[in-house]
Amino acid sequence: MTSPLEQKKIKIAGPSVVTANRTWDGIVVYRTAAKGWSAELSEAAIVRNSDEAKALLAESVADDVGAVGPYIAPVQVGADGKIEPGNLREQIRRTGVTIGQQAQA
Amino acid sequence: MYAYDEIDRTLVNERVSEFRDQVKRRLSGELTEDEFKILRLQNGVYLQLHAYMFRVAIPYGTLATNQLRALAHVARKYDRGYGHFTTRQNIQFNWIKLAELPDALEDLAKVGIHAMQTSGNNMRNVTSDQWAGVAPGEIEDPRIWSELIRQHTTLHPEFSFLPRKFKIAITASDHDRAAIKIHDIGLKLIKNEKGETGFEVLVGGGLGRTPFIAKTIKQFVHGRDILSYIEAILRVYNQYGRRDNIYKARIKILVHELGIEKFSREVEEEWQHIRNSSLQIDDEVIEDIRSRFTYPAYEKLPHMPDELRQAAADPDFEAWRKNSVAPHKAQGYSIVTISLKPIGKPPGDATAEQMDALADLADRYSFGEIRVGHEQNLALPHVAKRDLPALWKALDKLGLATPNVNLITDIIACPGLDYCSLANARSIPIAQELTRRFANHELANLIGRLHINISGCINACGHHHVGHIGILGVEKNGEEVYQITIGGRADEGAVLGTLIGPGVKFDEVADVIEDIVEAYLALRERPEELFMDTVKRLGVEPFKERVYATR
Repeated sequence: MTSPLEQKKIKIAGPSVVTANRTWDGIVVYRTAAKGWSAELSEAAIVRNSDEAKALLAESVADDVGAVGPYIAPVQVGADGKIEPGNLREQIRRTGVTIGQQAQA
Repeated sequence: MYAYDEIDRTLVNERVSEFRDQVKRRLSGELTEDEFKILRLQNGVYLQLHAYMFRVAIPYGTLATNQLRALAHVARKYDRGYGHFTTRQNIQFNWIKLAELPDALEDLAKVGIHAMQTSGNNMRNVTSDQWAGVAPGEIEDPRIWSELIRQHTTLHPEFSFLPRKFKIAITASDHDRAAIKIHDIGLKLIKNEKGETGFEVLVGGGLGRTPFIAKTIKQFVHGRDILSYIEAILRVYNQYGRRDNIYKARIKILVHELGIEKFSREVEEEWQHIRNSSLQIDDEVIEDIRSRFTYPAYEKLPHMPDELRQAAADPDFEAWRKNSVAPHKAQGYSIVTISLKPIGKPPGDATAEQMDALADLADRYSFGEIRVGHEQNLALPHVAKRDLPALWKALDKLGLATPNVNLITDIIACPGLDYCSLANARSIPIAQELTRRFANHELANLIGRLHINISGCINACGHHHVGHIGILGVEKNGEEVYQITIGGRADEGAVLGTLIGPGVKFDEVADVIEDIVEAYLALRERPEELFMDTVKRLGVEPFKERVYATR
């Protein structure tokens, strides 16, 4: 995984969010505009340029008790405002494994 | 089975208390993630895509039934009802909560299981032949020496902060089931001309982004000297190993860069300083460890009992027996491999219900013992031949009697992008599709022995370099792309496979493998010529031609 430090050098190419894993149970979470974490991608704060991304990442890294390993991830935002993961890895993190029922909760 | 002594039990229990305190401090914010990470890794806890992953050690692949039931309990109570057996005799739970981990560890500690040496830059869980102690023709039980090394290396300060992780595997048979040539140190138990027990020592094997087959560093090291010799290797590694570059930090890189002759000289010199020290092992120490392994009181049983003769009329039973049952050192007994590769399922997974039921079957038919192999299958090591028909029926009901051991659907696969934070591409869905393509057992038998290994990234946890057919998933322009190698093998004749050409897309992989298999069936000179023999005879060109002619 790319470290937050390295990501500070990366310019984002489009709408992005900050995602991490919740510390106590490890589930996938997204940084919200209210400076908290949510398991719902729809509640994630969207950043659209590198300054915004850097700031959101910095506040996420500072919340070390809330979540582990925050990083910037691309998303797609539809005309209706619906947020979808921007790549396969993030799709799998959001919707779960692609290997059938055995791994479902 | 091996019985832990008081020192082991105390160590394991103290470790649980220590980790409970560390988790508490992490959750309160007293420890940052940076501070906590090395502590959790020393207890087998990774952070993966969806959750924490908890890796538990199964030293030298031996499990008692109460231990397997404890693993089932952890799967059920703290996870999602299943576990994944890995390529290094560990089991992984994929959905564990950090807050509950100390409780899970405590439940495992009650039956002598722990997660030490399953992650971090230390000496990892020592692995061995899953048929240890029961394989015909074995020099002696390699687990005795595995246990000696386990005891010596567990929490050893000199081996706890190495440049990188360090893996040892031991075999005592001519046919290597422990893949010793792809380990940092591989040990082959042998006898010298005086009949003394010792080891051929190999060093510098490993896969990942820079794969190497291990080289023999010393033809014979006496058993009493094995700890000092291993320590000498580790000291040279500790002294010269690259700590500045993670990609060059494994001992294989050092051996390659120094050359085996120079590396051997360095080790020899170091060894002379320490070989006559307290590291020399007294016979009593070995005998004490030996005495803690208990072996079943085998009965004198007929080679061909009536039960087996009668069951031979059932073609399904015979298909399973021929595929999954192997000779045992004791007359009238067999070693039974249990395939964890049912058609369409993730390789190496077992549900809590299957684990519990297998523990019951092991109590009934295998003197309470189960083995775990690096091929991600299990084994019952002491089954009376008269019990084989009843065992088969019971396994079949559990979905654990797929007769595909060593066949094309007995696929080794890493968790891949479905679980792993390092992965670039998915492994398990590729394996699932391939098992469906080759689900017909007659076809699989016609093809014969053929190992497919799949890794979802260059770290090679699926050992793709040494698969007869290796599949490596990479990411290219945001898409999963798979590189295919052929001709690799992981046994005593270990060799790295050869890349056949450009990578292919996710949806094309199964078609490509079918093309390779069809080419093999057309090219082989006779039915007994195995895939590997054909590749050896003809090279990769005919396969390459077949795959890329129309792509």
